[in-house]
Amino acid sequence: METGLERIWVFLSASPLAGLTVTLVAYLVAWRIHARFGFNSLLHPVALAVVMLIILLGAAGIPYRDYFEGAQFIHFLLGPATVALAVPLYKQLGRIRRLALPVLAGLLAGVVGGIASAVGIAAMLGASRETILSLAPKSATAPVAMGVAERIGGLPSLTAVLVVTTGIIGAVAGPRLLRLVGIHDPAIAGIAMGATAHGIGTARAFQIDEEMGAFSALAMALSAFLIAFLLPWLLRLGGMFT
Amino acid sequence: MKFIGGFCLLLVYQLAGELVSTWFALAIPGPVIGMLLLLATLLTLGRAPDDVDAAAGALLTHLSLLFVPAGVGVMVHFALIGDEWLPIVAALVVSTALGLVLAALAMRLTIGLLGGRRSP
Repeated sequence: METGLERIWVFLSASPLAGLTVTLVAYLVAWRIHARFGFNSLLHPVALAVVMLIILLGAAGIPYRDYFEGAQFIHFLLGPATVALAVPLYKQLGRIRRLALPVLAGLLAGVVGGIASAVGIAAMLGASRETILSLAPKSATAPVAMGVAERIGGLPSLTAVLVVTTGIIGAVAGPRLLRLVGIHDPAIAGIAMGATAHGIGTARAFQIDEEMGAFSALAMALSAFLIAFLLPWLLRLGGMFT
Repeated sequence: MKFIGGFCLLLVYQLAGELVSTWFALAIPGPVIGMLLLLATLLTLGRAPDDVDAAAGALLTHLSLLFVPAGVGVMVHFALIGDEWLPIVAALVVSTALGLVLAALAMRLTIGLLGGRRSP
């Protein structure tokens, strides 16, 4: 005889409703915690939500595949959200008219230097090909980085976590590091933050200075383009991708 | 209705991007090409129509929620991370610091060079 509780368990594990609901609840709780601690980048809601959900799924013994049955409805929105990035990019484009060349130089140096050093260090320390290809696009905003990782043979879900970690490192250490090398211009600091630490760095930049945030948002969108277009070519140059 | 119209347009651009990406067998994801096509359209129009603006705003305000499901997928790769945590951590920390510094210094240098040329 099945008990009511067992029937509920069977229903929940077969329905996509549970995966979807639990994702939203975890994100809401994570967001509350993030807000409670003054929007500290170390407690980024994505990192908190991911940790909570992994613990929950592990404790309940639910395989990722079953969870994703429901969560895929949120995941699907990454595509249209990537297209939507064109709107803020269009609105901010006017800001760089005067600084177009310096911004382009900064973005190229940050993107190429970041990719080359990540791939070089990982390869030197014996990382597998899959890991290296998942690391390569990590400075792009998550939806773009995951799309690129999938195309070049990386693991999109590993890339998602590496992207968030990169963003947190950049947001926490970035402003101090930039002051250390003598950067005080908010436009320059913003471009560096957005090109390296994407959305999480941009959120941090907005906390420090409005202009730094605007430039960071712009750099995030432009560097996503640069990474998507340059990475396959750079990897081919380095013999990592054919 | 504004949101639905704008959302529909975003999907149409994504679809167009996916078709271009598939047709030419590009390594660039379809949505990125869709973003480029939408940017070209906005630049041609000279403004961002209200419905596209509304849909983009709604999606981008909570962009970080959208990559939670994929992030949870890292649980499938725990063994890989356990084996390769050192190269992963070293690559993340060094390349993030280097990327930040290189971007800032290259931009400052270029501003200096251009400024130097302009002043007598």
